[in-house]
Amino acid sequence: MSVYINKDTKVLVQGITGSTALFHTKQMLEYGTKIVAGVTPGKGGTEVEGVPVFNTVQDAVKATGANVSVIYVPAPFAADAILEAVDADLDMAICITEHIPVLDMVKVKRYMEGKKTRLVGPNCPGVITPDECKIGIMPGYIHKKGHVGVVSRSGTLTYEATHQLSEEGIGQSTAVGIGGDPVNGTNFIDVLKAFNEDEDTYAVVMIGEIGGTAEEEAAAWVKANMTKPVVGFIGGQTAPEGKRMGHAGAIISGGKGTAADKIKAMNEAGIEVADTPSVIGETLIKVIKEKGLYDKCKTH
Amino acid sequence: MNIHEYQGKQILKQYGVAVPEGHVAFSPEEAVKAAKELGTDVVVVKAQIHAGGRGKAGGVKLAKNLDEVRTYAKELLGKVLVTHQTGPEGKEVKRLYIEAGSDIQKEYYLGLVLDRETSRVTLMGSEEGGMDIEEVAANTPERLFYEEIDPVVGLTGFQARRMAFNMNIPAKLVNKAAKLMLGLYQAYVDTDAAIVEINPLVVTGDGQVVALDAKFNFDANALYRHQNVMEMRDYDEEDAKEIEASKYDLSYISLDGNIGCMVNGAGLAMATMDTINYYGGTPANFLDVGGGATAEKVTEAFKIILSDQNVKGIFVNIFGGIMKCDIIAEGVIQAAKEVSLNVPLVVRLEGTNVELGKKLLNESGLDIVAAGTMAEGAKKIVELVG
Repeated sequence: MSVYINKDTKVLVQGITGSTALFHTKQMLEYGTKIVAGVTPGKGGTEVEGVPVFNTVQDAVKATGANVSVIYVPAPFAADAILEAVDADLDMAICITEHIPVLDMVKVKRYMEGKKTRLVGPNCPGVITPDECKIGIMPGYIHKKGHVGVVSRSGTLTYEATHQLSEEGIGQSTAVGIGGDPVNGTNFIDVLKAFNEDEDTYAVVMIGEIGGTAEEEAAAWVKANMTKPVVGFIGGQTAPEGKRMGHAGAIISGGKGTAADKIKAMNEAGIEVADTPSVIGETLIKVIKEKGLYDKCKTH
Repeated sequence: MNIHEYQGKQILKQYGVAVPEGHVAFSPEEAVKAAKELGTDVVVVKAQIHAGGRGKAGGVKLAKNLDEVRTYAKELLGKVLVTHQTGPEGKEVKRLYIEAGSDIQKEYYLGLVLDRETSRVTLMGSEEGGMDIEEVAANTPERLFYEEIDPVVGLTGFQARRMAFNMNIPAKLVNKAAKLMLGLYQAYVDTDAAIVEINPLVVTGDGQVVALDAKFNFDANALYRHQNVMEMRDYDEEDAKEIEASKYDLSYISLDGNIGCMVNGAGLAMATMDTINYYGGTPANFLDVGGGATAEKVTEAFKIILSDQNVKGIFVNIFGGIMKCDIIAEGVIQAAKEVSLNVPLVVRLEGTNVELGKKLLNESGLDIVAAGTMAEGAKKIVELVG
């Protein structure tokens, strides 16, 4: 079991003929992801990497039954690409594109209200269920199939944590990158809920960063509902106020969104927070040993 | 991106928001000429820097005649203003705004900002004008009002009127204030602003509702579609190293410490700073070289890091996912040669082609300290810098 995606997921690549998308389409196919269609307006009827290309998402879905889309469309057109995926009633749209204007995302979120599609991202590394399905830009080989769920606002920091887990023989059920933008689709609580309900996930790693209050809200949710152990890390403890630290959403403003506040809220919710990213794996192992889950989580 | 008050007021005027008459001045002579043109009894000489708190720092002066205008302009131009938003180093005043004086009856606060919790733009207003709005929010939250805006219909008339009534704007001026708010929202949306603040908004003796200040901050991701806003960028107000980095699509932020950092990924870059700090060091910068870094980009990144005189050592921390470690290694070697590196360099490589990358560094003949993990690398650079 896993959350959101698995070996049966039929993937559609929006913007498939762009160079980044092509590169990652190859990588995903090599990993074993079932990519059934690509969409680039005007390139319908062609084929790339053996994948048929369509002019519209609607055409692609009709012809192939694709149920999840991954978006590599450049920022000025990415919001429209998300709307098209939502309009086609896909189960999920995973938007990798970064630098989408935030007011575009405000409209996208409004449009999505009451619609079926779950949006992951934008500005995220994607979602991976190891050995089954990789959707996005993460390096496949650092992951290992197993029972720890990972959810994160940062790409490379997720790789760092996942790599540590895999090296220690602790596999992952699914790793979800929710992205570093201030307005995004899926938030921490959505993913934590999914992990809580997934019978194959025994523990969760949650990686946050400065800016906003998503971690505080997630901590409150964990305290009230989570039945599985959660460990965490917050990036940006030394970030100055008023400066955007690379991610559009990573900014402390008006004294709000500090790492200290987030760590405090997480600790109060019983989430053990690693002091440095180098010990995220260690921290998780310590906690699952305490809970008697280590043997169940150890995959080799 | 930020702009100056006078530029913000130019935008507001286009949206029917009342602002006092005024002219920008770069010299005392221009300031006097501007005051003559205005011809009002009192003019305000306002320092233009990208920071709030100018009034308290002595950057806003009331002049009653042209001699006073000249005196204040001379005094302010070239002066370094230190406000609660500039940091202790302050900011040098290079432009002035010469504005007609206003007969202020009462001051209010008005702001538009993105609320991340609701993913909506929110209008904020208060009767507590001219004050630090964060203080109002903390001390008298009941005096700060909010209207959440649906992007489909935009700010509505009833919301604007409700806000005006909540702010206790005199009843006969409520429609004027509401109209101003609608203009303000339109300006926000049309320019892809991130923050717009009018502090203070004032009611004048002759029954006008006027924006006496204007603070605009724009969404950097949307600037590509606003050439007119881009033209207002004042490079003098920005860190030279940050400007240089942006030319190469590097995300760089200057900090106060002495350990230069080069990292891929924003989250990892922040975490690297934190780890250096954890082991007793202080980072000199945040630097994300991005996922598609080339040897050239890495070289430029090195040059920018080393242009900071405080840097006493460099820590390169790379988790190569899609980015291959050998490419980074090549970039580091090329850069170290080009810039004749003379400070300690610690490199931690992990991920794709890591062995090849390490081999290249070993064989380069450069004095590079290798580290196996981020923690080890941070510890080593802190020790080396001392």
